[in-house]
Amino acid sequence: MSKHANRSALASLALALLLVMGIAASPVRLAAQTLDAAFDRLAADSFSDTARAIDDLAASGAPQAESLIEALGARRLLADKATGTIAIQTPAGALLDARTGKPLASPPPGLAVVRINNRLRSAIDAALGTLAMVSPDRSKRLVAAEALFKSRKASDLAPLDKAIAAEKDDAVRSAFGKARSAIVLADDKQPLADRVAAVQSLAEWPDSDTLGFLRQVQASTQEPALKQSIETAAVAIEHRRQLLSGLQNVIYGLSLGSVLLLAAIGLAITFGVMGVINMAHGEMVMLGAYTTFVVQEGFRAFAPGAFDLSLPVAIPLAFIVAGTVGIAIERGIIRFLYGRPLETLLATWGVSLILQQVVRTAFGPTNREVGNPSYMSGAFDLYGISITWSRLWIIVFTLTVFFSLLFVLKRTRLGLEMRAVTQNRRMAASMGIRSARVDALTFGLGSGIAGIAGVALSQIDNVSPNLGQSYIVDSFMVVVFGGVGNLWGTLVSAFFLGIANKMLEPVAGAVLGKILILVLLILFIQKRPRGLFALKGRAVEA
Amino acid sequence: MITKLLIESLDRRSGWFLGIVAVAMVLIPILNLAVPEGSFLHVPTYLVSLLGKYVCFAILALALDLVWGYCGILSLGHGAFFALGGYAMGMYLMRQIGNRGVYANPDLPDFMVFLNWKELPIFWYGFGWFPYAFFMILFVPGILAFLFGWLAFRSRVTGVYLSIITQALTYALMLAFFRNDMGIGGNNGLTDFKDILGFPVQAQTTRIALLVLSLALLALAFALARVLVTSTFGKVLVAIRDAESRTRFLGYRVEHYKLVVFTLSACIAGLAGALYVPQVGIINPSEFAPANSIEAVIWVAVGGRGTLVGAVVGAFVVNFLKSFFTTGALAAYWLFVLGGLFVFVTLVLPKGIVGAVEEFLAKRREARQAAAPAPKPEPAE
Repeated sequence: MSKHANRSALASLALALLLVMGIAASPVRLAAQTLDAAFDRLAADSFSDTARAIDDLAASGAPQAESLIEALGARRLLADKATGTIAIQTPAGALLDARTGKPLASPPPGLAVVRINNRLRSAIDAALGTLAMVSPDRSKRLVAAEALFKSRKASDLAPLDKAIAAEKDDAVRSAFGKARSAIVLADDKQPLADRVAAVQSLAEWPDSDTLGFLRQVQASTQEPALKQSIETAAVAIEHRRQLLSGLQNVIYGLSLGSVLLLAAIGLAITFGVMGVINMAHGEMVMLGAYTTFVVQEGFRAFAPGAFDLSLPVAIPLAFIVAGTVGIAIERGIIRFLYGRPLETLLATWGVSLILQQVVRTAFGPTNREVGNPSYMSGAFDLYGISITWSRLWIIVFTLTVFFSLLFVLKRTRLGLEMRAVTQNRRMAASMGIRSARVDALTFGLGSGIAGIAGVALSQIDNVSPNLGQSYIVDSFMVVVFGGVGNLWGTLVSAFFLGIANKMLEPVAGAVLGKILILVLLILFIQKRPRGLFALKGRAVEA
Repeated sequence: MITKLLIESLDRRSGWFLGIVAVAMVLIPILNLAVPEGSFLHVPTYLVSLLGKYVCFAILALALDLVWGYCGILSLGHGAFFALGGYAMGMYLMRQIGNRGVYANPDLPDFMVFLNWKELPIFWYGFGWFPYAFFMILFVPGILAFLFGWLAFRSRVTGVYLSIITQALTYALMLAFFRNDMGIGGNNGLTDFKDILGFPVQAQTTRIALLVLSLALLALAFALARVLVTSTFGKVLVAIRDAESRTRFLGYRVEHYKLVVFTLSACIAGLAGALYVPQVGIINPSEFAPANSIEAVIWVAVGGRGTLVGAVVGAFVVNFLKSFFTTGALAAYWLFVLGGLFVFVTLVLPKGIVGAVEEFLAKRREARQAAAPAPKPEPAE
């Protein structure tokens, strides 16, 4: 506590000193500074000298300035008053002479850390910001632009203008322009016309920081013209933000909808087409996700260079694994229970418990790390809406799976037989269709698609033995809402539920939104027990 | 008249069952309190609590058997009614803590102080008074079941559809109760109870009393269910289970029958939950988990649905198995056993333990009758 008080006392002393010296020295300050003078000031180790040294270093633009100031901020800069030695301590502990950059042969005994206080710390940050403006690293310049926009110090204007003139990258230049406008607007010594122009250029940036800043200036300024122009700009930004957030929600909704569709699409086959309640459906998804994990482990061990290929390899494997397990369940259990849906439900629930425990025993109860290949990671910006590549790929992938399934059902021999068996089992059997075999294959197809869904979900969700559990209620809701036995209904219902969920989220919060959706669904089922797009005709009551 | 009804509705099996419950009500307190601790016959107090828990589960199973076994409504959300009753009891117990909580606030339960709430939410009013809490224990599950059933049965949602929306119901409730701003304890639930009706919850005698009460409720619920299913009303229920459309065409209002039995069953489940909470000392939102409700279904299936006694037997058997497996080195295998039970019972033992025993006895009787010489015709007098 007392140390703290000391420090602040020191700081105010330094402040007073700085003011006096600043006034005294300002005319000659910038003209004749050399790096050496800065070093000497640092070696003096007084707060005021250090502050000047920081400013000078930042203004000099010397190549070693950044590392020096960083070292100062990290308390790794040491100085000896007697000899004027300045040394940088590397993170490893070695000492380098700051003037020459060579290792320090014989460190003088008086070498001590150059002291800094809170005031100096902010000076260090500002100096690093100025240096970052001209950094050769593009991302550092972007960060610097953002920092300038946030700090909005009039003193940054001159170096910023210099940086803008030198800047060649369009994105960075426009970010600098934003920062410049903010600085001009924040500085009430600037001419009114310039500030109004700054408002107009800021209106191009529909982010909340800009909006907040504009509102803040609007509240504090006395100029009616400025107030008026800010009002126009702010309203325009708000409209644009509403539109964008609406669009963003639709995109999130599409993304959630595609996940729901992916999880439910296999169920639409087993439950929708066959009428079998498969509570182990979620576990098929989980098996697919774990298949991805195993495939990736294989790639990591044997072909780390080809890691991007792991997903294309995992997809067919997941289909085969989940499909095989599905056929085994159908042959081993479900076929004895046709016509007894409630018993099927219970038995498959038991299967799901067993599968979970098998996976838990084999892979452990904790989450498993599934990596994203390069084309799945990162995000891109579309007119102010940020979209992650993984979400986009999943939407594309889901639609591909959906239409392939539709093709299988409507255009292949197996699909024809499936539909025939569903519509009238005995008639189909009389026509020579081996209905038992079709049952097994249908179930295998539904399960295999669940496995494929697992590959996609492994990219955006935790891969744990409970993975399937979190999707089972949702998947059933999607199928029931869409109308049993109707693939298009499943598509519509998945996207509808996904978007509705995301639209409700900002209004009601994530959990409450989900609860609302569930309650609405329960009410909806009362109204239309057979879903949005119900099958009509005799088959319904069978 | 009630006695007459009871006597008419109780067959030999029910008599045996009620007899066993009565013996347990007398014997367990004696074996716990009067028999010295070292003795072979002594029933330790932890076992009393464990048994009390099982009895509550058995009552839940009984309630479920009433709707599933006799009316064909497979509810995958009965755990919700159980948990709601438990929460009503938990709220009463929270109010009994008074200013003995960690924050020593006489008006607010600890978790509300922790969340910086200033005053008691309106729905907590009155829970300090037991008769009101008791009313809520029956009312909340009952009204939820009534509304839900009214909507579902009226629009003829049946079979697996009904099962799935009951599951969605309990899932939605679970999500809701996990929220801290609901004002019912959030994910920590309600715990740290001190007194029930003035008796300390942790005391040995209170535990015994709660067990005896649970057993009494089990007997009462069983007798009530038995009267119900042997009456004309029960016959209609079975008719609905076996041929719903035909029953409707015969002129019965199917949805009314379903609604009555569903609501009644929810009330019984709520009571079971209310007795469960003081015996385990905590109620939290995970009681609403869909897996819990479906586990209750397997108790009924293992014991034998549509037999009432079977539900109780199943609840005890499965929970004893669970306690046996989940303590110690076998814990990893419990889900294999439970999952296996689901598959085994549905495939091999569709009538459950009681059904299988009955079949076996019936076969043996037949065999004996076939083996015995035909009885001589009585000479006419």
